[in-house]
Amino acid sequence: MSTAVADPGSTGSAPGVGSGSTGTPPPPEEQAEARFAQMLQKIARGDLLVVVMSFVFAFLVGSVLIIIADEEVRETLGYFFDRPSDALTAIWQSVTQAYGAMFRGAVFDGPGFSRIVEDLRAAGGSGTYVLFPALATGLRPLTETLTVATPLIIAAAGMAVSFRAGLFNIGGTGQLIVGAMAAGYIGFTWDLPIVVHLLIALLGGLLAGAVWGGIAGFLKARFGANEVISTIMLNWIATYLLFFALKTAAFTGANQSQPTSPSVSDSAILPSLLGSGFRLHAGLFLAAGAAVVLWWLMSRSTLGFQFRAVGSNSRAAQVAGISPSRTAFLVMAVAGALVGLAGAVHVLGTEKRLTEGVAGSIGFDAITVALLGRSGPVGIVLAGLLFAALSTGGRFMETNQGVPLDLVQVIQVLVVLFIAAPPLVRTLIGLRRVDHPGAGARVLRAQRATSGATQSSSAGTQTEADPATDPSAIPSAEVAAQDPGAPPPAAGSPSGAATDAATDADDPTDAKGDER
Amino acid sequence: MKLELRGITKTFGSFVANDAIDLVVEPGEIHSLLGENGAGKSTLMNVLYGLYRPDGGEIVIDGAAVSFSDPGDAMAAGIGMVHQHFMLVPVFTVAENMVLGHEPTRGGLLDLGAARTLVREISARFGFDLDPDALVENLPVGAQQRVEIIKALSRSAEVLVLDEPTAVLTPQETDELMAIMRQLRDEGTSIVFITHKLREVKAVSDRITVIRRGTVVGQADPSADQADLAGLMVGRQVSLAQDKAEATLGEIALQVTDLQVTDAAGIRTLDGVSFEVRHGEVLAIAGVQGNGQTELSEALLGLQETVHGSARLESRELVGRSTKQVLDAGVGFVPEDRTHDALVPDFTVAENLVLDQHDRAPFGTALAMSPKAVRENAEKLIPEFDVRTESAVSAVSTLSGGNQQKVVMARALNRELALLIASQPTRGVDVGSIEFLHRRLLDERDKGTPVVIVSTELDEVVQLADRIAVMYRGAILGIVPGDEDRDVLGLMMAGYTAEAAREAVAAGARTTDSQLADEGEIV
Amino acid sequence: MTTASAVVADDSEIQKKVADVRPDSWWHLPATTTVLGAVALVLFGLRGIPGAESSFALARDGDLNPLGIVPEQITVPSIGTAIALAVIALVASAGLWVLHARVARPRPAARISLIAVFAAAWILAFMTWVISERALDVATLLQGTLALAVPLAFGALSGVLSERSGVINIAIEGQLLFGAFGAALVGSLAGSAWVGLLAAPVMALVMGALLALFAVGYRVQQIIVGVVLNVLAIGITSFFFGTVMRQNPGMFNSPMRLPTLRIPVLADIPVIGRVLFEQNVLVYLMWIIVAVLTVALFRTRWGLRVRAVGEHPRAADTVGIAVNRTRWINVLLGSAVAGLGGATLTIGTGVAFGEEMSAGKGYIALAAMILGRYHPIGALLAALTFAFADSLQLRLGTTSAAEGGVAIPGDFLLMLPYVVALFAVAGVVGRVRVPAANGTPYVKQ
Repeated sequence: MSTAVADPGSTGSAPGVGSGSTGTPPPPEEQAEARFAQMLQKIARGDLLVVVMSFVFAFLVGSVLIIIADEEVRETLGYFFDRPSDALTAIWQSVTQAYGAMFRGAVFDGPGFSRIVEDLRAAGGSGTYVLFPALATGLRPLTETLTVATPLIIAAAGMAVSFRAGLFNIGGTGQLIVGAMAAGYIGFTWDLPIVVHLLIALLGGLLAGAVWGGIAGFLKARFGANEVISTIMLNWIATYLLFFALKTAAFTGANQSQPTSPSVSDSAILPSLLGSGFRLHAGLFLAAGAAVVLWWLMSRSTLGFQFRAVGSNSRAAQVAGISPSRTAFLVMAVAGALVGLAGAVHVLGTEKRLTEGVAGSIGFDAITVALLGRSGPVGIVLAGLLFAALSTGGRFMETNQGVPLDLVQVIQVLVVLFIAAPPLVRTLIGLRRVDHPGAGARVLRAQRATSGATQSSSAGTQTEADPATDPSAIPSAEVAAQDPGAPPPAAGSPSGAATDAATDADDPTDAKGDER
Repeated sequence: MKLELRGITKTFGSFVANDAIDLVVEPGEIHSLLGENGAGKSTLMNVLYGLYRPDGGEIVIDGAAVSFSDPGDAMAAGIGMVHQHFMLVPVFTVAENMVLGHEPTRGGLLDLGAARTLVREISARFGFDLDPDALVENLPVGAQQRVEIIKALSRSAEVLVLDEPTAVLTPQETDELMAIMRQLRDEGTSIVFITHKLREVKAVSDRITVIRRGTVVGQADPSADQADLAGLMVGRQVSLAQDKAEATLGEIALQVTDLQVTDAAGIRTLDGVSFEVRHGEVLAIAGVQGNGQTELSEALLGLQETVHGSARLESRELVGRSTKQVLDAGVGFVPEDRTHDALVPDFTVAENLVLDQHDRAPFGTALAMSPKAVRENAEKLIPEFDVRTESAVSAVSTLSGGNQQKVVMARALNRELALLIASQPTRGVDVGSIEFLHRRLLDERDKGTPVVIVSTELDEVVQLADRIAVMYRGAILGIVPGDEDRDVLGLMMAGYTAEAAREAVAAGARTTDSQLADEGEIV
Repeated sequence: MTTASAVVADDSEIQKKVADVRPDSWWHLPATTTVLGAVALVLFGLRGIPGAESSFALARDGDLNPLGIVPEQITVPSIGTAIALAVIALVASAGLWVLHARVARPRPAARISLIAVFAAAWILAFMTWVISERALDVATLLQGTLALAVPLAFGALSGVLSERSGVINIAIEGQLLFGAFGAALVGSLAGSAWVGLLAAPVMALVMGALLALFAVGYRVQQIIVGVVLNVLAIGITSFFFGTVMRQNPGMFNSPMRLPTLRIPVLADIPVIGRVLFEQNVLVYLMWIIVAVLTVALFRTRWGLRVRAVGEHPRAADTVGIAVNRTRWINVLLGSAVAGLGGATLTIGTGVAFGEEMSAGKGYIALAAMILGRYHPIGALLAALTFAFADSLQLRLGTTSAAEGGVAIPGDFLLMLPYVVALFAVAGVVGRVRVPAANGTPYVKQ
């Protein structure tokens, strides 16, 4: 017999608790305000700072490598205590020259720009007559960066799909290779009208990548094979498949002694955007498109909903009628398709022929780009541009300063590692207090509680004021508690959705906190 | 050994789980800690056991303040704990689990012989029947609990903390546990007994401390009135009994015939189960956890691999269909373990509310979702089910357990159903919400929906059921009316058939429960 | 309580009812072997090269071979032998059909022995076919197998150590590479391969420490850390390879080799003598470490605690075991072991360090660990299987194809180990029991 208590359904609107606690979202302007406050807090907590400092630290470690590798520095270090200035000068020079070359090769070729300006001025030119050709030279590195970024962004979008679905697709290289092979083969053997040829070649690359990714997805779905291992094995298999293909007449054409294919026919080439002097091609639009597709797929589509559900809790998804094995297959096929498309774009736009090294390190770089971009469309575009800049700059640095390109790889990886562990960065820059419960953190929490969640604080006051009559107070207080209090240092880490998912799932104060 | 907790405070963020709690456990007494889910009992004990660091207060043993930085310190000080979720390694044997952390060695190698002897010794002392070489994962929960107890005793614990030990036991096993507790007390071990079940507290305690929302709200004697205790615990007058209208039975809706489930290892986990459910009827599946209830509900939902037999909903066969097809046939499902089986932690409340309907109108099509419909749905359901959340777009993992359960229930009840299967519909939910959720389930029944409730809580079963099917070791031992004698149900949960149980009860077999009821101690 | 008559209960252990129904997928295995057997029969047998002969070289001059018990060479007609072997394989498949048809749940022993017979016959049939008109030196094949297995086995043991404690170790590749790099660099500097041997595990510890720092200390997703660390290892070693080592290879990267330790007499046993008793110290170390680790993991206090940490860290914590410290130690130990495996690639084989010279071996080691069910001996056996595929590939690649012989493109041969690993992982992994807490960071409140 229900005696003493009012219908529990109505307790939520009991006076004192306020309408906020029933979950009605605050009005838009409040939301905007809350969002702004949140942003400020994020900066205060050092999220942006962490990103910046991650780059600083990565470049610092890179400097150490440059210093060790430089013979002159090692020489001058040999008599460091006799004349330290020599060593310090050598160190300063070798580091600044390397990084200067990197910038010059990635963004703006300052010396090239000035040289052309001087030459043309000497020849009596002025105004736009000087400016345009000079800019063309000066900005050439930037166009190179965009060219390199194009397949990287597309492939990273593919990686992001799998990461957000909780699958660790390490098979970028393999999927990229088969995509490039299919697109290249269609490009240089088939004879089709313009546009159609290009579309079919792109589609061929996309499908080949989908099949290659789909194999790993199938093995995962059907046999539970760990996708990390199977995709890596498929990378090697694709690599040797390419080597083999480039020894057959079908792929090398007439010149069978060289392991290179003929050039892709003009009808299948992605049109150049800035004329023949530049490599930048229409694939750039496909890269932008890939980011949009990623956004739509993961945020708006039914398939993406299923991908994310399975990625976060595959069992709950299964109980809700979403088949995890079917999803695993689809995830890998979609991811492979995007990476395969990247391979197609790379071969049809940039390389224009198949070689043994056609894939380069795009497949692996795409993983780091996706991780750095936290598997989101905007993040991936930014991270892709950044990494492309690093590697075009690195290539220039290699030829110009003799510092191997591998340095860039080290820097990229270190950035990802640092960003994945914000507490480490905070410790290194002495911001640790913010991250751990202490006076500073309490203040922040209190601020957040008041600005973001008015209702939780009101519920909290209610708890203290009159705990006996309001059964709702405990749950509400828990909401308030769990938001700011629960995340262990790693939970807020910007290390990709997958990381967050993993840490969240393990956070024992979440969800399982019925009985604390 | 005398144990005192003085002013223990523990906060999680801004949530105060324990607020200056004082507790004194005298040597050789059974001290019950009574409180609702989420009242802070387990937090307090985890502080005592060195798993949590207190933010304030001190632990005093025999007059001397101590501080535990990890469970090792607590054990060294003579505190043993039987956790609610057993702290046993499933793939280890009983002996290995018992010695873990203080392993006997001989010549650098593990001396498992010594461990086995120890298991046998302690088992013999308390009349446990434990095989030292059995793998823990193969033991029933009752036996696993005994392993936990000997694990604590093997470290010569002087204070033994039992955290919700009866949740997984049959009434008979509960009685056995209480006997063990008394025996331990008589041998001088102090026992802290954590529970939210009033009748157990009254049956076994020497002293009772009630806590609510992290503070001690009162001390009581075992002779205290049950209603007073309940009021103290919940903070208001409570009565759990629902105003239940007589069921209006319709046609048979679900006909299950000889349903069998075989697991991957070839073990038959569901062994020829048959029953039917009518429109407008609640059939409760009672039984101790792990007797095939999970397999039964999962088999109906198409979540089990190898299923034989038949389950016809109206005229449609459910066996052999995919989960999606079953859901599409109008089956609403509340899984027993919400965090594991029901909720996607990273998803928002709104997304979780459409998880099983996301690709159907109005929430989406096969191609794209409709964020507007999803949001509006959430804005309708959140107030309706009184889900306490910051907003519809908060991640569901930020909600408390009780509110998460409301999300799961709201999702299942949010459409016209041909059948509702709810497993443990109110697990971990506070008293007020239990009343509300039970009301919703009965409303669903009164709308004419056939309802199957799977519950290990006898209270819940008795309150909701029109008929009760008791499961034991993968089979249904019998289907009895909803008002069956609790003792009969208890015996059936322990493996008696309905007839045998009735005979036994007629011959005087009683549990503590019903004795107390007879004495007018409990309702 | 009265009336015991109707009591079903006996509480000590759940009574398991083994069902007599077969799993729906029971026919998959026999069907697969039958198809494979038929392929062998047609491709290796019926469509083989007519009149060709296959030779297997066994004993050598100077072997301890009284009365020539072991023949120097066995030469068989290719087609006939391949057909015979394929038929044996098919008979084994038939056995599997019968076994599964008669009993719903056959004894694992019978099943596994039939599978073993099938696999052996099938592989021999393949070898007979592929060396038509050629000779294969069996001892060299096996010796190569063991040598190639060493880095895989060390890598897999690294995985066992770390994953048994609950830390996923994808970074084996990086640890191998660092070990190889350290052995070559320090060995060159010191002018002694033995110093290189000491340096390899120390260098690999750097990778281990990074893995532990991020995975255990900062609880970053472990697979991501592993993959990223591998790229880091490639980056750093390639960087120094391209700079310091290239500037002065004589000083920083000169090829050197650990001496082969020949055990007298035993090494003269035909075929297996050279395989087992004429190897460098790393091979002998591998046997020792496998044995020690097996005992340590399953028979000592340390092992019990490590496994508890990997299975149920909270339970371990509640009995006073320091979970994260155990994981740190195990990851570090593992990386040191993998470092030894890396040393095999440089000073073990007598070559200088090369860019990315681990070539995916770390990942194959990972597959070997899973295939070996997280057990040191299992890992070793799996490593030997993969190494056999690799060794066979090398043998077949180097023995020049005689006129009219079977020619498999070299690139397909190079694929072989990876294909084997892929199939192994797909076929077996689903049935392997992973340590329950593997990959989940432990958070103490």
